[in-house]
Amino acid sequence: MDPTNDSIRPLLALLASLAAVPLIVASGEKRPNLREAWTLIAATLKAGIVYSMLPAVLAGQTFTCRVLEISPGVVLELETDALGMIFAIVASTLWLLTSFYSIGYVRGTGEHKQTRYFASFAVCLSATIGISFAANLLTFFVFFETLTLATYPLVLHKETREAKAGARKYLCYTLPAGLSLLLAIAITWSLAGTIDFRAGGILDPSMASTGQLRILFILFILGVGVKAGLMPIHAWLPAAMVAPTPVSALLHAVAVVKAGVFGVLRVTGFVFGPELASSLGTGHALAWVAGITLTVASLLAMKQDNLKRRLAYSTVGHLSYIVLGAALINGWSWTGATLHLMFHATMKITLFFCAGAIYVRTHKQNISGMVGIGRQMPFTMAAFAVGAVGLAGVPGVNGFVSKWGLASGAAAAQEPLFLGLLVLSGVLNAAYFFPIVHQAFFKRSDAFPRLGEASPFMVAPLCITAAISLLLGVAPNIGVHAWELANMSARAVTGGSIG
Amino acid sequence: MTESPLPVLIPLLMLGGALVTVTAGSLLKQFAWPIALVTLSLSTAVAIEQLLTVLADGPLIHQLGGWAPPIGIAFVVDSLNAFIVTVVVAIPLLVLLYARDSVRKETPEEEVAFFTLLQVLLLGLTGMVLTGDLFNLYVFFEISSLAGYSLVARGSHAAPVSAFRYLLLGSLGASFYLMGVGYLYVLTGSLNMGDVSRILPGLIGNPALTVAMAMMVAGLGLKMALFPLHGWLPDAYTHASSAATAIIAPVMTKVSAYVLIRMLFFVCDPALRAAIPLGTVITWLAALGIIVGSVMAIAQNDVKRMLAYSSVAQVAYIGVGIGLGTPLALVGATLHVLSHATMKSCLFLVTGSVQLQTGRRTLHSYEGLGRLMPWTFAGFTLAALAMVGIPPTAGFFSKWYLVLGGIEAGEWPVVLIVVASSLLTAGYFFRLIEKIYANPAPSLRASDPGLLARIPIVALGAAVLVLGIANFWFVGEVLQPALLPQTLALTGM
Repeated sequence: MDPTNDSIRPLLALLASLAAVPLIVASGEKRPNLREAWTLIAATLKAGIVYSMLPAVLAGQTFTCRVLEISPGVVLELETDALGMIFAIVASTLWLLTSFYSIGYVRGTGEHKQTRYFASFAVCLSATIGISFAANLLTFFVFFETLTLATYPLVLHKETREAKAGARKYLCYTLPAGLSLLLAIAITWSLAGTIDFRAGGILDPSMASTGQLRILFILFILGVGVKAGLMPIHAWLPAAMVAPTPVSALLHAVAVVKAGVFGVLRVTGFVFGPELASSLGTGHALAWVAGITLTVASLLAMKQDNLKRRLAYSTVGHLSYIVLGAALINGWSWTGATLHLMFHATMKITLFFCAGAIYVRTHKQNISGMVGIGRQMPFTMAAFAVGAVGLAGVPGVNGFVSKWGLASGAAAAQEPLFLGLLVLSGVLNAAYFFPIVHQAFFKRSDAFPRLGEASPFMVAPLCITAAISLLLGVAPNIGVHAWELANMSARAVTGGSIG
Repeated sequence: MTESPLPVLIPLLMLGGALVTVTAGSLLKQFAWPIALVTLSLSTAVAIEQLLTVLADGPLIHQLGGWAPPIGIAFVVDSLNAFIVTVVVAIPLLVLLYARDSVRKETPEEEVAFFTLLQVLLLGLTGMVLTGDLFNLYVFFEISSLAGYSLVARGSHAAPVSAFRYLLLGSLGASFYLMGVGYLYVLTGSLNMGDVSRILPGLIGNPALTVAMAMMVAGLGLKMALFPLHGWLPDAYTHASSAATAIIAPVMTKVSAYVLIRMLFFVCDPALRAAIPLGTVITWLAALGIIVGSVMAIAQNDVKRMLAYSSVAQVAYIGVGIGLGTPLALVGATLHVLSHATMKSCLFLVTGSVQLQTGRRTLHSYEGLGRLMPWTFAGFTLAALAMVGIPPTAGFFSKWYLVLGGIEAGEWPVVLIVVASSLLTAGYFFRLIEKIYANPAPSLRASDPGLLARIPIVALGAAVLVLGIANFWFVGEVLQPALLPQTLALTGM
């Protein structure tokens, strides 16, 4: 059977949320229930379409949708490979949960301009699906930039001085990055004559000198690395935490930053490929950047008292786990990286959901003010504990599984230093997360007289994501077969099996 | 090459329309707008029909009075000028919808004059695009310029002064062009473009030819506001009435750019271009123009003036494409004619509407207007994003081809300037977007303009997206075939 199917399903998955935008805007502030209904319908549809393609993808087939030619020889094309499928599953599943959570959150805090908020959210999700399924660099770029633009109003949402500054900073980092990526794509097109993603890479050493290819790699990494939070170009991320918490949760822990690391995976695995990366030495350089980032970010996270900022620095660190996996580029590291792309998302979104729930109930953002809160919001803080334990890499939660893959990758690449950094980072994660959990449950405070949990719209999603994290920790291949997808992708890119 | 009356039809329609407008308008001035609307609608229909015919059957020719060139004047249409002429009539048609109310409010005394002059302007511009005769082109050049000066002179109290300055410089430009034509005529004994293009290769190395080409480039460069010949533009655009700016800004400079392409790549052959390195000069002046125009735009406080300087920068992108001269760069330049015409007319319509509805025109006073005029600023935002070059808008793709063309030519500094200049553009547009949307609405009774003015704003805003996504229809069907290396020669004009 032909492994490639022409199908409009990838396009439908993309359009599901885009079609909701005019409906959301038309419903407006006067009919909030109808408006939110559109979001939920679109999210359900989108998730449904993505899941419907999963069995065939697992069976080794791909769905391809060639929309139209947008440049000589370059088609706006969507294709579902294993890597793209992982990202699409993460984004569409978590959007559905975040939509419920958002409703609870914006109504709980009485946010203004909710229509703009939900409309932008829907555009972001279309862009994310576009990024996941993009079959070539130009298609990828179109959606990558759309994502930047659609996130801007969400960072700006509160319209305070701080929000404006955060939004400006966001653009100051992402727009130049986009241009770097554009330049890199144009050069690739002129060198290789194609910009299609191909597992194993499209560039080879005969196309240009080593120096030129290294510069090209740097341009690519500057382009996607800003969203991936690589140091020293990560500073927009903590500043963007001024956005409402659901935005931080879905976009700045899942969609936007994961689009960045997804870009790194595409560049290393599908444009340069393992052989060229090792012969240029760029893979090793990138691994160093990632190794430094994941260590320094963990140290910086410890200093933050604002919970969301601490989570932001933690995100910066964990993104570099994935970048490290992409840089080492062997079967184990690739599997670990792609799994971490999914598993970090379920854990981190749980933590952000918790931070938002606490904010809505208590208006507290600082960790020092959250003493004893576990007694008032037991479900929330229990979920928080699950996420925290998972990110520290304790067995039983899914974070352990992906980290195991990454550590094995470092071992397989004979890089004991990076292996050591991964272990150290786990310890640091524990050091900045566990005190929060400890003081929430084991210290008493009179600050919270009988508050209780936030609305079920918020508590249910965070319990679900925590449960998913636990479940995937015990059985990583359950449900969406993440383990298998990650393996498929690793086999395709590195040609190596992890047995 | 098919004989057809289509090539002369549009200029004739404009001429007839102008005459009818001024006659009927003297009876009742309300007649002027509907007549102009009919003329422009018919012209647009003819232009589209002409484009489709050319794409299906190849170039069309019409010999005026039956006199065969090189004695007579021929109007020749290939897919390139069929495309340009469509832009030149279609964009003003959309702006015309807006112009009725705005002209009646801004310059009520000038209603008949405005709609007459508008058609005279388009008579000149379409004539420049369609004619195959160098001197005839000069005649249309002057027709469009004279109409342009008097359109620009009607606006704010400072408008006559800036129009006068425009007239002085514009006449200088026209004289340069005319002298260039004179030199060429002396050298070749012919004014027909096709004829001249066949004679020129024998004249390579003749210094008079260099002078002729340099003069033509200077004349056309002045009219297209190529840096450093752009001095007339900011004042002229700022002080003219909003409808006049919205019609002149998108199309007038582009026509000169088209003529430049016609001269450099169709009349001159590659050996001649190599002998006279005008392309390099144009590239670098244009690259500087991008920077200067963008920086000056950032420095402006008046939104309309900011857009005027942005036009200087945007026209310079077209200049870069022409200067680089590789097939992809030329695709970028010609595609940018379409994308810039679309987005800039939209932006000028928005500033005009804002001024009419609220009387505001400074950056600061745009704060919070996004709530009051949602449709207007939806169009504005789309057009602004296209100016910055955010995919998948039309503005992105023209820059994409320019970048590819720059890489093709190996001009890395120019590539970097084209790419990095997007940041400058982003600087002045996002500053405005933030003011428009991220502030509480002012206590002011204002709303979107009436339906007739809202249609073109929204349509142009949407067109920016649609043209971007569908850009390859134009590029693959129209522009690439017209600009392929082997077709860059005139086919018997």
